[in-house]
Amino acid sequence: MTAPDIPVVTVYVDRSKCQGYGQCCFEAEDVFHLDEDGKLVYVADSDISHRADIVNAADVCPMQAITVS
Amino acid sequence: MSVVIVGAGLGGLRSAESLRAAGYAGPITVVGDEPYLPYNRPPLSKEALAGGIDVTGLEFRRKATVEDVDWRLGCHAASASLADHTVTLADGTVLPFDGLVIASGIRPRRLPIPGPTEGRHVLRTADDAMKLRTLLTPGAHVIIMGAGFIGCETAATARKLGAKVAIVAIDAEPMIRPLGAELGAGMRRRHETHGVRFHLGHSIDAFSGRDRVRSVALSDGTELPADVVIEAVGSIANTEWLAGNGLDLTDGVHVDSSMRVATDLAQVVAVGDIARHPNALFGGIPRRIEHWNMPTETGRRAGATLAALLAGDEPSDAPFTAMPSFWSDQYDYALQSFGMPGIADRIEVVEGDTDGPCIVEYHNTSGLVGVVGIDRTPDLIPYRKQLAARA
Ligand SMILES: Cc1cc2nc3c(=O)[nH]c(=O)nc-3n(C[C@H](O)[C@H](O)[C@H](O)COP(=O)(O)OP(=O)(O)OC[C@H]3O[C@@H](n4cnc5c(N)ncnc54)[C@H](O)[C@@H]3O)c2cc1C
Ligand code: SF4
Repeated sequence: MTAPDIPVVTVYVDRSKCQGYGQCCFEAEDVFHLDEDGKLVYVADSDISHRADIVNAADVCPMQAITVS
Repeated sequence: MSVVIVGAGLGGLRSAESLRAAGYAGPITVVGDEPYLPYNRPPLSKEALAGGIDVTGLEFRRKATVEDVDWRLGCHAASASLADHTVTLADGTVLPFDGLVIASGIRPRRLPIPGPTEGRHVLRTADDAMKLRTLLTPGAHVIIMGAGFIGCETAATARKLGAKVAIVAIDAEPMIRPLGAELGAGMRRRHETHGVRFHLGHSIDAFSGRDRVRSVALSDGTELPADVVIEAVGSIANTEWLAGNGLDLTDGVHVDSSMRVATDLAQVVAVGDIARHPNALFGGIPRRIEHWNMPTETGRRAGATLAALLAGDEPSDAPFTAMPSFWSDQYDYALQSFGMPGIADRIEVVEGDTDGPCIVEYHNTSGLVGVVGIDRTPDLIPYRKQLAARA
């Protein structure tokens, strides 16, 4: 859990859309990666400094599966 | 101060968002001749063609920063005068601009083949896909002309829907230009296992049928029954509306690494499939790259360039080094490509074999220029890093 006074950026990936293309992983390496089976693993809450990278990751997802808040 | 963007596809959308991100706060008008807000095309040959087309469901999410954009949908830009700073729509409306973004993409090439035209189809837009969807029925004879990615993906989807599918192409193997002969042959065998018939090394000489196409005649004399013909034999850039402005329009719109069009008449950038741009990772030769990630990459750069020009600043002249990236889904196989395998002169299967999961390296005298994996996406990451290090 992150303390409420530290600004975070939250991502949500719609698993029913995600096809494991891994494009997001190249934009925000600290947040998204593919495991050995090609399944996406991601960190839901990240420091706000990652926001630009995460927005880029959402842009390049071919399935438009990533939501950023 | 105002910006007009011609083309309401991914490139148009990303350019608008990037203009905003770069600080441009003035009006933006996007002209698009399709009646839809920007939507995602790749599903049109894959899951959307198989499962039904819901254009709203395919729409891209639009950032809040572009909520005030004036979308002129169902409007065709007929011409532009860079000297007068205007775009004229087909209905006569004149849109003045200070900055222009060219994002009008490409359309499928049509070959002049004798015979009826009814029954001949292409696949580029949601409307094209909706028409095809109703025709790809169990047992229908589907002839696909061209063995590139769109032809092969459509073949896979048509098989899934129960149609009888034949691919006719002059190439020796499917997808031979981007993948090479060995991997192309592997892809062909996957298709053959799924019941697709190939007529390679042949062209279609004529269509016959009284009211509509009923059969096709190949260059070797073979006659194939046809209910539906899908033509996927390359593309033509939508540049006609730019004629008469002295621009270099050979194969798209020529731009520099900042996506700027060389002209003294106006501030103009181009993005996406239409932009023939240099990529410093691959020798800086200007090329059009019809990959889904390029409208986003070129749009980011073009928006920043145009915002700087409109603010009276010098745009960045940093080299453009975005990684071309392409995926394709055919049956249950996931193909992923990074870099420019098409410019290689030496190809090596480095892991697996081309009938199963595999990794293929593409080299030329400058070193590794591309990598393609089938069902090996996570293992391509180090290759992508190596390609990115070419900068
Ligand atoms: C069926 C299909 C499957 C694909 N699959 C993949 C894939 O799996 N992987 C991948 O990497 N890429 C794929 N692509 C390629 C990818 O979709 C394109 O690279 C991308 O859509 C290009 O975006 P764009 O904005 O440059 O052009 P477009 O999306 O073509 O947008 C241009 C828009 O401008 C409009 N326009 C043209 N002229 C005018 C005018 N004069 N006035 C007004 N509007 C105009 C057009 O109608 C169009 O709506 C696929 C493409 C198709 C068609
Ligand atoms: S880019 Fe999209 S589809 Fe690909 S792994 Fe990331 S979330 Fe999934």
